[in-house]
Amino acid sequence: MKLRIDSKYIPLMASALVLVGLYVAGCAAFADRNFVSLGVIAKLFSENAFLGIAAIGATFVILSGGIDLSVGSVVAFTSILIATLCFDPALDPRQVGEVAQLLPADWLPMHPLAAIAIAVTLGTLFGTAMGCLIHFFKLPAFLVTLGGMFLARGLAFMIRIESLSIKHPFYAETITNRLNWTPIDGVQIPLIVFCFLGLFAIALYMAHFRRFGRNVYAIGGSEESANLMGLPVAKTRILVFTFAGFCSSLAGVAYTFYMAKGDSAGAGVGLELDAIAAVVIGGTLLSGGVGFLAGTLIGVLIFALIQSLINFQGTLSAWWTRIIVGVLVLVFILLQNFVTAASRAQQKE
Amino acid sequence: MNAKTPKLLLEMRGVSKSFPGVQALADVDFTLRAGEVHALMGENGAGKSTLIKVLTGVYPRDEGAIRLEGRPVHPRSTKHAESLGISTVYQEINLIPHLSVAENIRLGRQPTTFGTLRWGQIKRRAREAMGRLGIDIDVMREVSSYSIAIQQMVAIARALDTNAQLLVLDEPTSSLDEHEVAQLFDVVRRLRDGGLGIVFITHFLDQVYEISDRITVLQNGQLVGEYLTADLPRIELIARMIGKDTSEVEAMEHRPRQAEAAATGEPLVRTESLGRRGSVGPIDITISPGEVVGLAGLLGSGRTEIARLLFGIDKPDAGKITVGGAEEAIHSPQKAIALGFAFTPEDRRDAGIIPNLSVRENIVLALQASRGAWRTIGRKAQREMADRFIAALNIRTPSPEQLVKNLSGGNQQKVLLARWLATEPKLLILDEPTRGIDVGAKAEIEKLMASLREEGMAILFISSELEEVVRDSQRVFVMRDREQIGQLTGEQITEPAIMHMIAKHKETGDDDCVIAIGPVPDGL
Amino acid sequence: MIASLQLDLSLTVSESGFLAVLAALVVLAWRLKTPAVWPLAALALLAVFNAFFTVDFFELRWIDSHLFGIPIDILKNGSYVMLLALGMTLVIATGGVDLSVGAVMAISGAAAAVLIKEHEAPFILVLAIPIAIALAAGLWNGLLVSIFKIQPLVATLVLMVAGRGVAMLITEGFRPTITRQYYAYDEFVYIGNGFLFKLPFAVTIVAVMFAITALLTRKTALGMFVESVGDNDTASRYAGVNARVVKLMVYTFTGLCAGVAGLIYTSNIRTGDPSKTGLYLELDAIMAVVIGGTALTGGRFSLLGSVAGALLIQALTTTMLIHGLSSDQALVPKALVVVTVCLLQAPEFHRKIRRLLPAGKRRAA
Repeated sequence: MKLRIDSKYIPLMASALVLVGLYVAGCAAFADRNFVSLGVIAKLFSENAFLGIAAIGATFVILSGGIDLSVGSVVAFTSILIATLCFDPALDPRQVGEVAQLLPADWLPMHPLAAIAIAVTLGTLFGTAMGCLIHFFKLPAFLVTLGGMFLARGLAFMIRIESLSIKHPFYAETITNRLNWTPIDGVQIPLIVFCFLGLFAIALYMAHFRRFGRNVYAIGGSEESANLMGLPVAKTRILVFTFAGFCSSLAGVAYTFYMAKGDSAGAGVGLELDAIAAVVIGGTLLSGGVGFLAGTLIGVLIFALIQSLINFQGTLSAWWTRIIVGVLVLVFILLQNFVTAASRAQQKE
Repeated sequence: MNAKTPKLLLEMRGVSKSFPGVQALADVDFTLRAGEVHALMGENGAGKSTLIKVLTGVYPRDEGAIRLEGRPVHPRSTKHAESLGISTVYQEINLIPHLSVAENIRLGRQPTTFGTLRWGQIKRRAREAMGRLGIDIDVMREVSSYSIAIQQMVAIARALDTNAQLLVLDEPTSSLDEHEVAQLFDVVRRLRDGGLGIVFITHFLDQVYEISDRITVLQNGQLVGEYLTADLPRIELIARMIGKDTSEVEAMEHRPRQAEAAATGEPLVRTESLGRRGSVGPIDITISPGEVVGLAGLLGSGRTEIARLLFGIDKPDAGKITVGGAEEAIHSPQKAIALGFAFTPEDRRDAGIIPNLSVRENIVLALQASRGAWRTIGRKAQREMADRFIAALNIRTPSPEQLVKNLSGGNQQKVLLARWLATEPKLLILDEPTRGIDVGAKAEIEKLMASLREEGMAILFISSELEEVVRDSQRVFVMRDREQIGQLTGEQITEPAIMHMIAKHKETGDDDCVIAIGPVPDGL
Repeated sequence: MIASLQLDLSLTVSESGFLAVLAALVVLAWRLKTPAVWPLAALALLAVFNAFFTVDFFELRWIDSHLFGIPIDILKNGSYVMLLALGMTLVIATGGVDLSVGAVMAISGAAAAVLIKEHEAPFILVLAIPIAIALAAGLWNGLLVSIFKIQPLVATLVLMVAGRGVAMLITEGFRPTITRQYYAYDEFVYIGNGFLFKLPFAVTIVAVMFAITALLTRKTALGMFVESVGDNDTASRYAGVNARVVKLMVYTFTGLCAGVAGLIYTSNIRTGDPSKTGLYLELDAIMAVVIGGTALTGGRFSLLGSVAGALLIQALTTTMLIHGLSSDQALVPKALVVVTVCLLQAPEFHRKIRRLLPAGKRRAA
């Protein structure tokens, strides 16, 4: 009996292979240095959770046939906004940024939860705005989100140019006490990982068990056909970018917990490219319509593993990560092209 | 076949629709009964697609009434039409390729519990839908992994899944082979017997006679007539489609023709069993210098496909092309141009003109391309060339710098001709050069063809207008349903002869389907 | 954030001079019907604003028989984007885009710095090798787009991701500074800091590259081929134009432009900085091209317009800097400008506006 594999699974299987291959290579090469340990695996997740959160939003955008270059900048904006809103001017009046000066004095410091709510709302609305521009005026997604990238980063700088640590007691408490779950000695799993996995589960549900998710696949697969089928293209597309904005700002929140600071210049630089790379390496077609959230998870892990391996290696500089990721992206794009061409040829028979 | 007890499903009366500059439909009637397959036919520009778009809500009609089961309806959009019970399956399969068959059938209408999709039900209903067509396949597989024929069935299943009473099939068989057409027709018959009303748009003659119960013919936006398939001889159908009366056809004088004896001498181009799977073939034609070779046939018979093979746009699977005695593999337009070929495509707008470039630039483009980028044609020389052709071809433009997109269709066509004449080709392939242009320009182009022929150029002339082909060609190859069916030379070239050749029934050699109305004309 | 604006209605000699020159250029552009008229007009408006609200904006000084002043700074600092815009114009004209130009600048600059510092290379090599690498990068992009038929956005994204890593590799993570002791120092520093004909040398380089590009596109048939391919790829191919080669060439050329720009930048800051060189400049280049009248979908292009657009962007940034915004905060107005310009150009936007107009106006429109 011939086993027939739908061509769309091929890139996903390739990614899984790459992940397994890398891990095995790592185990073999660094067995003596404790590579094969749960602690290392836990670290993979914890250090890259915020990339993962951003990548989930990016996955939906790319599945719908678009692209989002504003991810990193929204992270920066969110982080500095939260930091500024949580800041207690009583501690050090000089540090307050100009935007904070505009707010009534007794608003600051806000409780972090309030600040987070505001920041995430703004980030989500930002995504909505981009989605509307892209859909209603048929502007190319790369251009609108490129502009969005600049806009968000610029707004972040307008809030405050230097980075700002968050000293609010809520943060201190959460980070030290409630954040980590230590099931086994030496294995720390911070809250952020659960956020990521939780979001992942929700996203998985949305993608495969709700009409919205199937519509996203449909639009990415063939927008023309989707229109003719009477699917709600406008609503879906705007929602996709809204969700991406939400994920980006959530990643910004994650950043603040991870670094205990907000940083307009340093946060999220190049994050959008990393997110796109994770999505592509995970087997999702950049042209849209084909791909899996599971693939993005694999992509993020591959990314994390590469960094980890380079760390363990010790001699290679960290920027090898960029190069290897770039090469992997290229390889997967070529693979995708090849698979698409092959399946088209097969269809003719 | 229920010709006797029809329940009137659809009634379109006096429908008119115009666009700026063109009357697409004028006072057209169309009726459809439940349990019948009704073929809608007509050559290009006849109004078939406009009629369907009015029916399915893509365009609002200007005048006329549409009644569905007696109730007047005003479809506002495809979705609205669907809710009224009118479903359409288009020529390009409008499915999402990488989603499963089941999903495609239920997309947008999936059964849910509090918003969560119920995959079990989706799968089941999809299987039921395909079962209604008599097809049993794995509905969870990607739809693109199936053949086009099956994909078409999926599209039909989706269209029917909305409690449709009326199904429009727009050119469903264009990409199917014989076996797949048979499969499709089984399904169509099954649906018809189940009481569905089916509008079947096609240009394949044999298929119309095989599957349809009635035929409506449109021409130039007007209704020519509605006929029972069983009572309409093929020759009459063809006559109707090209706008002639059968009696006219019989009484046609031998029209004065430009052509004299066919050119002598070695053929410039010869093809042997040239073909491409799914496109056209096998083709055996020759074209010699100083002659106009016409390709005659109805829309979709494969003539443009031949042109594309000759010009290197498509690659053949079989056969060979010989140019000047030597076999050539023409794999790109550049190679064809280097051999001295030229080609004005049917689709002037998308494949012909460079809209935002000037008349001058459009004219010199092919010549410049053949010389490469470095050996430029100087501005002055370009200007002279442009002026020369504007005068010679009587191109109406305020200046050579005018953007080509602002010219009328006829003048755009002339610019294209000028482009190729500038390269001084040996073979000029004209695909529908006179389509959509005014009478005056048409005459000019025909005159131009004649004078080029006299100067020794070889011309391959593709046109849907039979009288043009007859008038201007020395030799005619006749095509039908993607195959070459015959050749006529010199005195043999007459409109009746071509029409009869096309009408000849594949198996029996008869001109007629079931009953002949009148005597079969002599001499054929 | 924004210092209060002080109005100064008197016009100095140099202010009048500049305004007059700009006005003349605008009129000239209008008569020649080149799309450059829009960015030039915007420049003129900006000049008017600066003449009245910015102190000493147009003051030119002679120091060491060289010309200095804010307008000179604008020319010099805008040279990178002007160069990038030259190549980007052609790429966009073929219907594509190149996101990797910033990264290629970084690679070229890194190579030059390392050659000078680590290898004491002769000047000719310091010039030739980075340029060669940049050309190779451009060729790489071109191959991906024309032969492998990968979407330009995606194809150039790869180099954008990996490029800075390559630059880091070349410098081995450092930011090599070039000081007087190294062999090719004098010649190299001249690129970014020297003067020719009283103006910064960078301006001369831009002028020369502009001339070369203009000659290549207007004196040969390449310009027509580029426009043809961008306007209607299919029809061009049917007419015998070798679309593949055309695309290959424009991406390679863009690589060259990025390489030269990288050399100037590195010479200017006397450091090879893989993470900062060319950062965010690809958007500036795209913006300049779009403002300059070349449509994102491809077709007709205007080199003059792109250069004017680049100058406009630089002048805008400088104006904002003087008035208290940091260069990073200036991103906000820039982004707004880019989106607005693209919106104005979008045919869908025109359609929607027309629908909003009352019927009478619509018929006239």
